[in-house]
Amino acid sequence: MPTPDPLIEMRGITKSFGAVKANEAVDLSVAPGEILGLLGENGAGKTTLMNVLFGAYAPDAGEILVQGRPVTINSSADALAAGIGMVHQHFHLAPRLSVLENLLIGIPGKSGRIDRAGGLARLNEIGRQHGLTLDPDLPVSALSVGEQQRLEIVKALFRGARLLILDEPTAVLAPTEVDGLFSALRSMAAQGLGIIFISHKLNEVRALTHRCVVLRHGRVAGRVDAPASTTSSEMARLMCGHEIVPPARGPSTPGAAMLTLAGISTSRHSGMALRDVSLSVRAGEILGIAGVSGNGQRALAEVISGVRVPHAGQMTIAGKIVSRFSPREVQALGLGRIPEDRMTTGLVTNLPLADSMVLPRIGTDAFSRNGLLRPDAIRAFAEAQIKAYDIRCPGPMTRAGALSGGNLQKALLARELAFDPKVLIVSQPTRGLDIGAARFIHEKFLDMRARGCGIVVIGEDLEELLMLCDRIAVMYEGRIVGTLDSADATIAQLGLMMTGAEGTG
Amino acid sequence: MIRLEARTSTPAWFNLGLPLLAIGATLVLCSGLIALAGAGVIEAYGVMFSASLGDSYAITETLVRATPMIFTGLAVAVAFRAKFWNIGAEGQLLAGAVASCAVGAIPMPGPLAMLLMAVAGAAAGAAVALIPATLRVKFKVDDVVSSLLLNSVIFYALMALIEGPWKDSFSGYPISPPIEDSANFPGLLEGTRLHLGVVAAFLAAPVIWFLIARTTLGFRIRVIGENPEAARYGGIHVERVLISTALLSGALAGLAGVSEVGGVHFQVMSDISPGYGYSGIVVAMLARLNPLGVVPAALFLAAVMTGAEAMSRATGVPAFLSDVIQGTALLAMLVALLFTAYRIRRVGTAK
Repeated sequence: MPTPDPLIEMRGITKSFGAVKANEAVDLSVAPGEILGLLGENGAGKTTLMNVLFGAYAPDAGEILVQGRPVTINSSADALAAGIGMVHQHFHLAPRLSVLENLLIGIPGKSGRIDRAGGLARLNEIGRQHGLTLDPDLPVSALSVGEQQRLEIVKALFRGARLLILDEPTAVLAPTEVDGLFSALRSMAAQGLGIIFISHKLNEVRALTHRCVVLRHGRVAGRVDAPASTTSSEMARLMCGHEIVPPARGPSTPGAAMLTLAGISTSRHSGMALRDVSLSVRAGEILGIAGVSGNGQRALAEVISGVRVPHAGQMTIAGKIVSRFSPREVQALGLGRIPEDRMTTGLVTNLPLADSMVLPRIGTDAFSRNGLLRPDAIRAFAEAQIKAYDIRCPGPMTRAGALSGGNLQKALLARELAFDPKVLIVSQPTRGLDIGAARFIHEKFLDMRARGCGIVVIGEDLEELLMLCDRIAVMYEGRIVGTLDSADATIAQLGLMMTGAEGTG
Repeated sequence: MIRLEARTSTPAWFNLGLPLLAIGATLVLCSGLIALAGAGVIEAYGVMFSASLGDSYAITETLVRATPMIFTGLAVAVAFRAKFWNIGAEGQLLAGAVASCAVGAIPMPGPLAMLLMAVAGAAAGAAVALIPATLRVKFKVDDVVSSLLLNSVIFYALMALIEGPWKDSFSGYPISPPIEDSANFPGLLEGTRLHLGVVAAFLAAPVIWFLIARTTLGFRIRVIGENPEAARYGGIHVERVLISTALLSGALAGLAGVSEVGGVHFQVMSDISPGYGYSGIVVAMLARLNPLGVVPAALFLAAVMTGAEAMSRATGVPAFLSDVIQGTALLAMLVALLFTAYRIRRVGTAK
């Protein structure tokens, strides 16, 4: 499939931030019609490399060639002019504007007027060609995450992209949506577009890409010419530099119920409300909550965390009835929480890491006395956790926002587990984490399970849930449509239930 | 072509160097105006310097001038830490002045009078600050607008008071009756205007620093300012902490009024504050919201104010230059703050 003249070529790209070499002498090329997988752990330099290609950073050394001609890319406008389009993890859309209006932002119209008819024709044409259909008049706020992503892809094609960069596009999609995305990408490649596909999920990379480049510590650690016939563990070894063995979930004997919800319903305040949700997690058990995002998982996590008061139903933690639904109450009853969004509801990025690590327990004797902080105790606690969890940072007084996602997740885990929670509520525990960090997080959950903690894992990655959980409940439109023993559950069955089909378990 | 690129880390010397850099840039920028007014730049700044810091009397005048701005600077710094946008220090100062004047006019032993003046002034300032804080917590009213507009309400209430019930019946001047002589703050040094309030202001700065850095309330103030969602999930009552912050901030601004009444004017008149409440915002920003930094920042602005008057007399440059320098210093500091998060990179032109 590769042709002699590559669509795009990066030669010897080097980019440093201070003393850190984020990219060092990286070579990469994409031919027309080729889907290239870009693999690497967090901090391996994938994002930096793509930001260089898309014009967000100027490289310290190296050159970029588009169809054989050297170009300088200083901005996303330059990148678009060179035929490079990018679909970021966080979408860049105007939620109040319609699909068509979003498409036309920044496109010069005819004599000062927006060319709606022309835009509509192109939208329909692109949609027909690649199966990327969208209702042009719907506001973006009414689109699902998958549809918003589709719009981002259409936007890039609309602007004439010959090369499309997708940064972890499947992290936000349900399994059925992933299939749709893949068939669209294959169709684009068949028409001669080049695609760079960034992902942590090796099975996806193997299923989709023609060729892979693996980055490690900013350098090219290896190239895989036939991903389909290369095993996941081989690729993982290239990424991490050593063997990765998935943790084994041994048998456990669940004890008393640690968390129960009976008939919990919430008002439709923001997002999907809960409708008559009942579940129970026992000591030494991991319950998975599967579902396409936006089906009430957020409300469920908020109720359990004590930040949303349900208008009906009852919840108990470790046998005690939760009466006020305040974060302080559920925490005092023994709840630990790993939030979905580390940056907004977990940590305080602008303050020292140590502050974030003691935040939920700042009023307790461990860290303060008579209204005065105990700086030495806070520091000692943070230092001990940094050591115990191998959190990579210069020290406890480092600004939390300077840490990588994996290290932040470890810090959150450390802060919750240090106080031996009886129940742990976890959302998307490994989203955006690399294999090594994800493996570490999984091991910690299994440790907690063995020590008699009841764990609820809310997630979309079914493989992860099947590996980790004893039972999996599926949420659809605010209800639990069924609960399966993960021993008898299959991805196909769960995927079907996630679309609303009643479960059998 | 140049553009801004996000920094991954901020050099340590920036924190100290930035305010100095901003002040330097301000003096350079304002030199053009001095030249435009027909005076020698070096000469004008020279007069400013010698009149504010040149001899021991000048220094004491600058200290007296800095005192209310230390209080309002602390008030703003505390509030801004919690992202409670208190632009109302001016009104809170005036409320504090009126309350302490009312208390100081009651005959009683001096020390008791001073204590009660401070309590009443702080309470009045806190009460005024409570209004925008409550509006924000209960009704999501923008605190910038409500606290700013409240300044006018308080100012005209003060005017109504001194034009009405408090009006001097002999002279007809719109000034309040003076406080009792025994309630006048004791002077510290013969022949200067240094008074007890100056000492109180210099002590307040480390106390507020300790409160922010070393107490659980200070921790909560910092956290709700930086990330209220994480604070809420962490079990902090965000609204309650915001109200506490407003009370503290208002009380500090109120003390600025107490100090002016008890130590400088001994009564209330319409121009008791030449905008010390607004200057507090400049002071707090120059100090980068650090309570200890408030002291040098207030001293700088005080030196500019005292110096500008002398410069005006000596060179004919209008004394309004002092306001221009304040405003420019604030803008320069805001620009300088940008460089803690970004740096400038020069890039080639696009093809």
